[in-house]
Amino acid sequence: MANKAYQRIYTKLEAITKATVSLKAEGVSNDELAVVHGRLAQVVKTKGALVTLQVFSGTEGIPSDAEVMFLGAPPTLKVSEQLSGRFFDAYGHPIDGGPEVEGEEREVGGPSVNPYKRRQPSELIPTGIAGIDLNNTLVSGQKIPFFADPDQPYNQVMADVALRADVDKIILGGMGLSNDDYLFFRQAFESAGALDKIVSFVNTTENPPVERLLIPDMALAAAEYFAVDKNEKVLVLLTDMTLYADALSIVSNRMDQIPSKDSMPGSLYSDLAKIYEKAVQLPDGGSITIIAVTTLNEGDITHAIPDNTGYITEGQLFLRADADTGCVIVDPFRSLSRLKQLVQGKKTRKDHSQVMNAGVRLYADAQNAKTKLENGFDLSDYDHRCLDYAKDYARRLLSIDVNISIEEMLNTAWSLFGKYFKPAETGIKQALIDEYWPR
Amino acid sequence: MATTGKVTGIVSNLVTVQTFGPVAENELCYIDLAGTELLAEVIKVTGDKASVQVFESTRGLKNGDEVRFLGKMLEVTLGPGLLSSVYDGLQNNLRTMDGVFLKRGEYTDPLDHEAQWEFTPIAAEGDSVSAADWLGEVKEGWLPHKIMVPFSFKGTYTVKSVVPAGSYRIDDTIAVLTSEEGEDVNVTMVQRWPAKVAVKCYREKPRPQKIMETGVRCIDTFNPIAEGGTGFIPGPFGCGKTVLQHAIAKQGEADVIVMAACGERANEVVEIFTEFPELIDPHTGRFLMERTTIICNTSNMPVAAREASVYTAMTICEYYRAMGLRCLLLADSTSRWAQALREMSNRMEELPGADAFPVDLSAIISNFYARAGMVVLNNGQTGAVTFIGTVSPAGGNLKEPVTESTKKAARCFYALEQNRADQKRYPAVNPIDSYSKYLEYPEIKAFLDEKIEKGWSEKVNSAKVLVRRGKEMSEQINILGDDGVPMSYHEAFWKSELIDFAFLQQDAFDAIDSVTSLERQRYMLDLILDICAREFDFEDFEQCRAYFKEVINILKQMNYSEWGSENFKKYEQELAQKLAENGK
Repeated sequence: MANKAYQRIYTKLEAITKATVSLKAEGVSNDELAVVHGRLAQVVKTKGALVTLQVFSGTEGIPSDAEVMFLGAPPTLKVSEQLSGRFFDAYGHPIDGGPEVEGEEREVGGPSVNPYKRRQPSELIPTGIAGIDLNNTLVSGQKIPFFADPDQPYNQVMADVALRADVDKIILGGMGLSNDDYLFFRQAFESAGALDKIVSFVNTTENPPVERLLIPDMALAAAEYFAVDKNEKVLVLLTDMTLYADALSIVSNRMDQIPSKDSMPGSLYSDLAKIYEKAVQLPDGGSITIIAVTTLNEGDITHAIPDNTGYITEGQLFLRADADTGCVIVDPFRSLSRLKQLVQGKKTRKDHSQVMNAGVRLYADAQNAKTKLENGFDLSDYDHRCLDYAKDYARRLLSIDVNISIEEMLNTAWSLFGKYFKPAETGIKQALIDEYWPR
Repeated sequence: MATTGKVTGIVSNLVTVQTFGPVAENELCYIDLAGTELLAEVIKVTGDKASVQVFESTRGLKNGDEVRFLGKMLEVTLGPGLLSSVYDGLQNNLRTMDGVFLKRGEYTDPLDHEAQWEFTPIAAEGDSVSAADWLGEVKEGWLPHKIMVPFSFKGTYTVKSVVPAGSYRIDDTIAVLTSEEGEDVNVTMVQRWPAKVAVKCYREKPRPQKIMETGVRCIDTFNPIAEGGTGFIPGPFGCGKTVLQHAIAKQGEADVIVMAACGERANEVVEIFTEFPELIDPHTGRFLMERTTIICNTSNMPVAAREASVYTAMTICEYYRAMGLRCLLLADSTSRWAQALREMSNRMEELPGADAFPVDLSAIISNFYARAGMVVLNNGQTGAVTFIGTVSPAGGNLKEPVTESTKKAARCFYALEQNRADQKRYPAVNPIDSYSKYLEYPEIKAFLDEKIEKGWSEKVNSAKVLVRRGKEMSEQINILGDDGVPMSYHEAFWKSELIDFAFLQQDAFDAIDSVTSLERQRYMLDLILDICAREFDFEDFEQCRAYFKEVINILKQMNYSEWGSENFKKYEQELAQKLAENGK
C-alpha cells in the first residue's frame, strides 16, 4: 500500500452511515482501497461523481470534513516463506510483536482456478475421529464446515483435526474469535510444536466486525501462495463463517440493499462460494483444503447461512451432544462428506462403504426404537438390540474423543455388528459378510 | 458505425454506461479496463444511460472508461467439434486457456478452426432449402453431424452448388445458396445463433411419444420422463441431487448430453471430466465423453455468466435436435441462475417479488422449459431435447419461488426428501410425492403397453398404491404400537418396505445395481408384486419383520448380481425356497 507521489486529498464527505461514507471524487477505481480519517476503507460503489466507501473499522467519530486519500489498489498481502509461524490482523499486519513480512505484494480475492485445470481430489486426510474418517471421510482439496451450536467444542475439534492431518501448512482465519479461543489456538499450535507450519489471520471480538470481511481473502491469498507457488498441501481453517456472513449483512444493509431470506444479502451464496471454491487440488500436487465452522442457532440448518453453505461445501460435519451417552458426536444423519467415495474402498479397505452404510442404517433403526419407547410402546427384541448397539456405536465410534486408525474403526464396527445382529439384518453384500463377519 | 459509451457508475458487476448512440436490449459491449476488454450485456436502457451486467470481475474499473457496443446479442457458435468440449457460460473453451487461473478478458474460440472433417453432401444442386435443412454431413465421433442451412436464414433458397465429398475445415465454404432475390450466399460448417432466442426451424412440436430410459428404477418405472419431456429435481443439500443427475447423464438413453453446471461446485465438474472419458455409454458402447458437452460456470465464476450458461447449453441442444438427434440437457442448478437474476435485479433497485426474486422469475423459467420438446423436422424426421433441471430450495422448503415457478413449467417432479436421505434410502426420491404427468398421456401409455407389456401403467399404479398403503400402516403402527394393530397392518407395511428396499432403492456406486434395463425392471417388479400379492401367515410381528428382512436381503443380493448370471439364479432359488416356507 505504497503512497503515491502527488496524492489528492478530499475533505468533504457527502454522507456517513455506520459502515460506509460517500464523497465526490474522480478517477477512482472499483474495489480500490482508501484511507478515511486514518482508517482503511474500500470502494464499493460509484455513481457519477459520488463514490461510496466501506470503512472496515466502522465510522464512529468520522467527521464530515474527514481527510480521504485513495490508494489506487485493492487489498494486498505480502507473501513469502516469512509468513510461516506468524500471527496477523485482518489487514495482514503482525500482531505477535514480530517484524513486518517482506515479500511479493499480491492482490487478495484474486481470480478463480480454471475448472478444467483442477484435478480430482483423491488423497485421504485421516483425523483419527471415526465420525469423520469412517462415516464422512475427508479428502484433500475438499471444503467442509462443522455445523455446530455455539456451545459445542468446535474449535477444539478443529484444532485436533488440523494437528493430526498430514499437511505442509495450516492457515487459520479467525473471524470474531473470542480472545480466549484465540489464545487457545495459539497455545494448541505452540504445544504441538507445529508453530512453524502455521499462519494465522485473526479478528477477535474486540476488533470491528466489518474487518472480518478481509480475513478469508487474506488467509486464502496466503494459502494460494503456498499451494500454487510452493506445491504444498495447505489446510485452511475458517472460524466462524456465521460471523463473517453477519458482517456481510451489516454492509449490505448500510448500502440500502433489499435483503433476501433471514435479512442476508441476496448475493450471500456467491459471496460464500467465492471463498469456499478456493479449495482445490492443483495439477502440480499442491492443494487447498478448507475446514470451516458455521455456528447454528439451536441446530437450525434451514437458516440462510448454513443453508447456502451446505449447497456450496462438499458436505458438512454436524456436531451435537448425544443424550444417551453424554459424548459429543459427529451426527451420522446430518453429516456428509461428498468426496468420501473418492477414497473409500480405494484408499481404504474394500468393506468401508458397506460397513459405513450398515452402521448408520442400524443406528437409524435405533432412533425409531427410541421413538417407540418414548411413545410408551413395547419394544421388540430387535428394537432392544438396536438400542444397545446405538450406545456402543456412539461411544466407540461416533464420539469425537475417538482417535484410532480406519482399519481399527472397521474392525470395531464389524465386532459391534457381530455382537448385536444377524448377518442378514445388516444388509451387507454376502461376499463381505463371508470375509469379515466375526466368528 | 458502432455505438460507443463511457462508464458512469459501478456497483459490483452492474455498470451504468452513458451511451452516444442507439443500443438494444441484450446487446453486448466491451468495456475497456486499461487495455483488457470485459464483455458485458445491456439489461436496461433509460434515456441515454444503459445498465450493463459485466461477465467478469469489475475490480479496477473506473468511471470514464470507454465502452464499445457490438451490435449483436450473446451468440453461440455452432458447428462440428462441440461434443466432448468443456466451455464456460459464454462458450469460451476452457481447455485451450493458458495458466491455472482464469484471466479476465481472455476469450477463447469454441471450435477448432484447423481440424479437418470428412464431409459427405446430402443436398444436391437445384434443391430448394430453408433454414435448418440438411446440406451435408460430417462424422463427429460416431454421430452424424448434419451441416445445415443456418437457422438465421429467412425464406427459401436454391442450392447453387455443394462441394464434393472430402476433407474440409469448418470455415471452408461447403455450399453456395441462391436466395429468392437471386443473391448468392456462401455456407460454411459454422453458424451463430443468439443464445436467448429459441430455435424454431422445425415443422411442428407434437406431444411426446415415448419415454427416455435412464436405468434408474424409481424414474423409469415409477415416474418415467418422456423423450422431449421436462422434469425437475428439487431437494435440500445432501439428498443426492448431484449423484442422481450424474446417474442420468451416464445412463440416459440419448445421443447427445449437455451438462450445464450452473453456479455449482467446481469439483463436481472435475468429477465429470475425470470419469466420463473412461466410462462407456451402456447404449452404444462408446465413451461417454464423446457424446457429452460440458458448460461450466461454477459458483465462484462471474455471476452474470451463470444466466448465459443455461441458454448456451439449451442452444447447443436445439442445434443437435435439428439434426434429428435425441438430446438430454441437465442443468444443475436452476436456483443458482435464479439467484443471479435476483442479484442483478437487486442492484438495479427494482421492486422485488417474493423472497426478493424478480417478479418475472416465473415467466423466465417457463419460457426456458418451453424450449425443450420433441419436434418433427422439415424433412419429417424427429429430434428431441429432454430437459431435467435441479432446484436447490432454500432451507429445503419447497414453498419458495424457484420451486413453485418450476413446478408450473416442468412435467415430472422428483422430490428428494431429507428423511429418506437421513436413512440412506438412496435415491432419496419420495415415491408418493413425486409424479410424472406423462403417465397420464395416452401416447405414453400406448408406448409402455407396446414396449414393456400390456397394462404396464396399471401395474405401476398398483405398486404405488401398495407403497402409499404401507406408509399409512406405518403411521398407524407408530400411533397405536406394534401390538395395538392387527397383523395385516404389519404385513402391509413390510410389503411396502419390500418395494422400497428391493426396487426403489438403488446403489449408484455399484456397477451392476446402478443401471437397470427396462426389461430387468419389469422382471423385478413382477417378482416383487407377486410376493406382495401373497397372503402370509405370521405368529407375531417379530416373525413378520424377520421374514421380510430376509426376503429383502435376497432380493438385494439379486440386484447386485449380473442379470441371469449363476449368482442371480442362485439367489432366485433361495427366494423361491424362502417363499415356500410361508404363505400363498
